Amino acid sequence: METYTAMRQFADSWGMVGMGLFFLGVIVFTLRPGGKRQAQEAANIPLKED
Amino acid sequence: MNYTIETILIGVGVFLAVLGAAFAQDSLFQAHMGVLAITLAIAFILMLRRISFAPAGPQASQSEYFDDVVRYGVIATVFWGVVGFLVGVVVALQLAFPDLNIEPFLNFGRLRPLHTSAVIFAFGGNALIATSFYVVQRTCRARLFGGSLGWFVFWGYQLFIVMAATGYLLGITQGREYAEPEWYVDLWLTIVWVAYLIAFLGTILKRKEPHIYVANWFYLSFIVTIAMLHVVNNLAVPVSFLGVKSYSLFSGVQDALTQWWYGHNAVGFFLTAGFLGMMYYFVPKQAGRPVYSYRLSIIHFWALIFMYIWAGPHHLHYTALPDWAQTLGMVFSVMLWMPSWGGMINGLMTLSGAWDKIRTDPVIRMMIIAIAFYGMSTFEGPMMSIKAVNSLSHYTEWTIGHVHSGALGWVGMITFGAVYYLVPKLWNRDGLYSLRLVNWHFWLSTLGIVIYAAVLWVAGIQQGLMWREYDSQGFLVYSFAESVKAMFPYYVLRAVGGGLYLIGGLVMAYNVYMTIRGYKRNEAPIVGSVPNLQPAE
Amino acid sequence: MSILDKHQYIERNATLLLVCSLLVVTIGGIVEIAPLFYLQNTIEKVDGMRPYSPLELAGRNIYIREGCYVCHSQMIRPFRDEVERYGHYSLAAESMFDHPFQWGSKRTGPDLARVGDKYSNEWHVQHLTEPRDVVPESIMPSYSFLKETPLKVANIKADLTANTDVGVPYTKEDIDNAEADLKAQADPNADTTALLARYPKAKVGDFDGDPSKVTEMDALVAYLQMLGTLVDYSSYNDESGYR
Repeated sequence: METYTAMRQFADSWGMVGMGLFFLGVIVFTLRPGGKRQAQEAANIPLKED
Repeated sequence: MNYTIETILIGVGVFLAVLGAAFAQDSLFQAHMGVLAITLAIAFILMLRRISFAPAGPQASQSEYFDDVVRYGVIATVFWGVVGFLVGVVVALQLAFPDLNIEPFLNFGRLRPLHTSAVIFAFGGNALIATSFYVVQRTCRARLFGGSLGWFVFWGYQLFIVMAATGYLLGITQGREYAEPEWYVDLWLTIVWVAYLIAFLGTILKRKEPHIYVANWFYLSFIVTIAMLHVVNNLAVPVSFLGVKSYSLFSGVQDALTQWWYGHNAVGFFLTAGFLGMMYYFVPKQAGRPVYSYRLSIIHFWALIFMYIWAGPHHLHYTALPDWAQTLGMVFSVMLWMPSWGGMINGLMTLSGAWDKIRTDPVIRMMIIAIAFYGMSTFEGPMMSIKAVNSLSHYTEWTIGHVHSGALGWVGMITFGAVYYLVPKLWNRDGLYSLRLVNWHFWLSTLGIVIYAAVLWVAGIQQGLMWREYDSQGFLVYSFAESVKAMFPYYVLRAVGGGLYLIGGLVMAYNVYMTIRGYKRNEAPIVGSVPNLQPAE
Repeated sequence: MSILDKHQYIERNATLLLVCSLLVVTIGGIVEIAPLFYLQNTIEKVDGMRPYSPLELAGRNIYIREGCYVCHSQMIRPFRDEVERYGHYSLAAESMFDHPFQWGSKRTGPDLARVGDKYSNEWHVQHLTEPRDVVPESIMPSYSFLKETPLKVANIKADLTANTDVGVPYTKEDIDNAEADLKAQADPNADTTALLARYPKAKVGDFDGDPSKVTEMDALVAYLQMLGTLVDYSSYNDESGYR
């Protein structure tokens, strides 16, 4: 029971927060200013050649 | 000399398979090893005929793309697709007319796994392997890593399919949905899959392009996650080294959650992430413009792989699984709606500014309807994962309808689009045999899916309501058998929908065959596609 | 900006991309599945559960082989209609010895979690041989070959041993007597006292109407007839099972 409670509490508190932050981090990274040019470059990869 | 070692290894394989058959613990293993021995013997003879004793010629230039394996993969995709659809129509008819069951080998219980595996793993798997090899080489501007490793992946995977399929008919199964093959076939798939990962990742590592294009992210996460899911879900203890039977490592609740963690992520990573990789390459290519928002595609990627992995327990609502796990599964399933629709919008909006292509290019239309069906099923899915809805929909035909709107609509259609794009490119033809046939294929499939999904919606809801209907005295109104009887017209109509889809598949097979042979159908061009004269390439 | 620049690093570094994606997809599995293996209350204690007898296990393997799970669930949900139709809702403990679980996902046919004792052996044999003779609306395939096929288990001891390897508490005595038990359970003339002591509530006797040989039909019916019959619900407290 102890292990269960501990894991449960971790999962729905810090675990959740950690994952949420990771995801927010991804969004911030992706939308950071200056990323746009790079993204455009990458988006054009398939069209470059055949 | 060429292929010497490969040929010798296959010869050793034949020998081992014969030994396995000779010393088998049970008759099923004996039969299955017999199948293996025959399959490998055929491969061995074919290889022997190819051996030439002339000194090895100059190797193909390393700068060229390795496209032979992609060509084989495209043919295998079309072939297994038609086989899988055909078996699907057969099992659909068996439900309507049970006398079509031929015991023991062609009973519904053995044919249904054959159908699901044929469409998911044989048709979908070959499509993923072939397109991923094509896309990763083009977007990395590098030849496929590992020399003939690509051939091993392709033929090894076909061997897996043959062993799995013959196993089902013989009655060799683990009894785990979408993971039915027994332990020794699972081990073989693991080896093939590791080779696949090496070939794919190796190509990315030696790329000449600084960025890793987002399609490769999706393909890579699909390969890695499927490896993890496959290994964990198939943990089992074989009864004997030379017998078919094994007992799964987990039991009861734990086993159920492991299985549906696998089952749902097979949908999430095999049938979604992999095919999204396809979307992110082939839609921009066919439309001739970059993806609508590259940054949205990155967020799409992380959100999707992050949330999908949690969604499995929605297959176990109101079962003996602890409540908190069910709720967690439901919450993540509902949240999944957002990234899924983000991806859908990204795919659709790629056409912004070129919407006329939907009218003039049947291949683009195929891809767009695939994305539309992706949007539809990723809305329906989260809705069905809500516990209140699930209490009605679970165990009914509704679930089957939902699966098929995703499988036929999204997976099937985006694959057809990719095949129609690839065939002229791979065989150096200046176009498909017939665009009008693509149009026929489009309408046959779309009509088939719409009939199929609508019929099973109604069927499922009716079934669910009949099971729970009480009369004024507080008695159940219907016996179970009455609910079975009520399904008859729906089962017939469902077979009609599936039949249309199968005919569409046959039209595609014919079109692909004629394109490969180099024919060009003499036909009026698609309305609207002519005025813009194509510049010479 | 130094941290922000690292994203570019992920985008360009294949190994890092691999590790990050793997990390992300493992988290879900670990948080969700791992606790189930640790907490005692995933599976409540219930009196009466026991491992399958050798004949029942052989029958269960036929059930799996024929893909019965494709159309029949073994999981009754706690709804009024299901409980009335099929019996008490299923408990986690009732599938604790099931390797693999056979809860199913579709009810083309009815739930079988508590089909044991509901019909006679003769009914089951007739139904499996020619389903529409007893249930005209049925769309089930015929399984008449089971009656003609002698039950062949290469080495039932090895099956029990493999089960103990994955945690089923068969004793040494169970394993030593496995072959005798397998034969005795379907033999109307056998002394089954020891068998019933090892596997309480097991159904014994001839199942398929042909006492001269043990067939696959015997095994399958023996399995079907014990499904859901082990737990005594008069002594089960619903509150204790809430999770």
